[in-house]
Amino acid sequence: MYGNAYIDPNEKFSSEEETPELLAAFQARIDAGDKIEPQDWMPAMYRKQLIRMIEQHAHSEIIGSLPEGTWITRAPGFRRKLALMAKVQDEVGHAQLLYSAAETLGKSREDMMNDLITGKSKYSNIFNYPALTWADSAVIAWLVDAGAIVNQLANSKGSYGPYCRALERICYEESFHLKYGHDNVVHLATGTKKQREMVQAAMTRWWTPLMHFFGPSDKASVHSDTLMRWKVKMASNDAMRQQFMDMYIPKIWDLGLTLPDPLLKKNTETGLWDYTEPDWEEFKRVINGDGPCNAERLAVRRMAEENGRWVARAINNEEAEHVRPFA
Amino acid sequence: MALEDKKRIESLDPRISRARLSGGNHEDMTGLLHFQTYEVFHQNKRGAQHKHVGIVHAPNSDMALLYAKEQYARREQTANIWVAPSSCISATEYADDDIFTTNRFIFSVLTNLSFSKTRCSEENIESRS
Repeated sequence: MYGNAYIDPNEKFSSEEETPELLAAFQARIDAGDKIEPQDWMPAMYRKQLIRMIEQHAHSEIIGSLPEGTWITRAPGFRRKLALMAKVQDEVGHAQLLYSAAETLGKSREDMMNDLITGKSKYSNIFNYPALTWADSAVIAWLVDAGAIVNQLANSKGSYGPYCRALERICYEESFHLKYGHDNVVHLATGTKKQREMVQAAMTRWWTPLMHFFGPSDKASVHSDTLMRWKVKMASNDAMRQQFMDMYIPKIWDLGLTLPDPLLKKNTETGLWDYTEPDWEEFKRVINGDGPCNAERLAVRRMAEENGRWVARAINNEEAEHVRPFA
Repeated sequence: MALEDKKRIESLDPRISRARLSGGNHEDMTGLLHFQTYEVFHQNKRGAQHKHVGIVHAPNSDMALLYAKEQYARREQTANIWVAPSSCISATEYADDDIFTTNRFIFSVLTNLSFSKTRCSEENIESRS
């Protein structure tokens, strides 16, 4: 769901002004591997879906810094505290890069921020769950970032120039977040009995949200087909989930940790992982606002905006000229 | 009052609990301030070209430099940064990119002075005339 926005299946896909010739020329450019730049002609749905996707991705970065951020003050030791602070700062930086990319499509950063705070636009569902212990923050840093990398590497080969450029930078930073998270989990998994129990409990808690992370199966969606042809969406949700499982389940098992799914195994015939479908009703419930931390996440974000507003007002330049950023 | 108490957020993070926030507020944030954007150019070492890396939102160029340092020089070797208001940038249109084809032609003439050789064949020259 990170940069994989939900689409209403009833939404109209094209308008009258979008002649077959224009659409074909647009498609030809994408097929040739060209990047689309902000000044280029693009179908309305392309623009709309990209705004939605990049905006949700930006919100996910900024909200995603909250569950981990709560552990900065209680990190075990100075080294861990410094590393976590740097990581959380990176995540907020990613949000800024992504808001900038989305802005080139015509929606202002302030409008996006407002839509986040009022609950109008979504962010990755996984951040509506609490980081109960230090081990949860380790599992997030390792596996949520790993899932994000799978998604972002795919999207960085997409067709919209500014999004690709932002993602390239982001992937570079995420890759050392992943190392930080892995180091942290290994430390706990090879530690004392109490540490091992703590990290096992966190792994068990986060498994369902991690399976939810890539979203429900979208094989049958017509929208998905068009978006994949336009290189807005680069891989199906199932394909990304399988890729994630392929890369990380063996690593999790190597550490002597178990996962709470008795059906989980690699199917030697299909080459795919067999697993129990996670509870998709829970996914829908949480994404629509009824998760353990939805209210807290938005309230904290709102507080930050409200408390920081006097600073913004004090430094504001009222004569500033606003134009849409270039690239 | 009782209702408000119910909505009060109890967090795992003691700092958030102490802030006594209440949830369920979906009102618009009015008066969010729009800062203008500055285009940021980053130079990784002395002598290298400055390269466009993105934008920052800022009320003035001093703040823009500060944000640019935080955003674009945090994880990379940096010698120097420029910022310029987006409104001061003039650019060509991608739709007119055929204006550059002549340049490419002249370049190929310059780099292939012996005409018999590569790209700049007679056929090519004819098609231009």
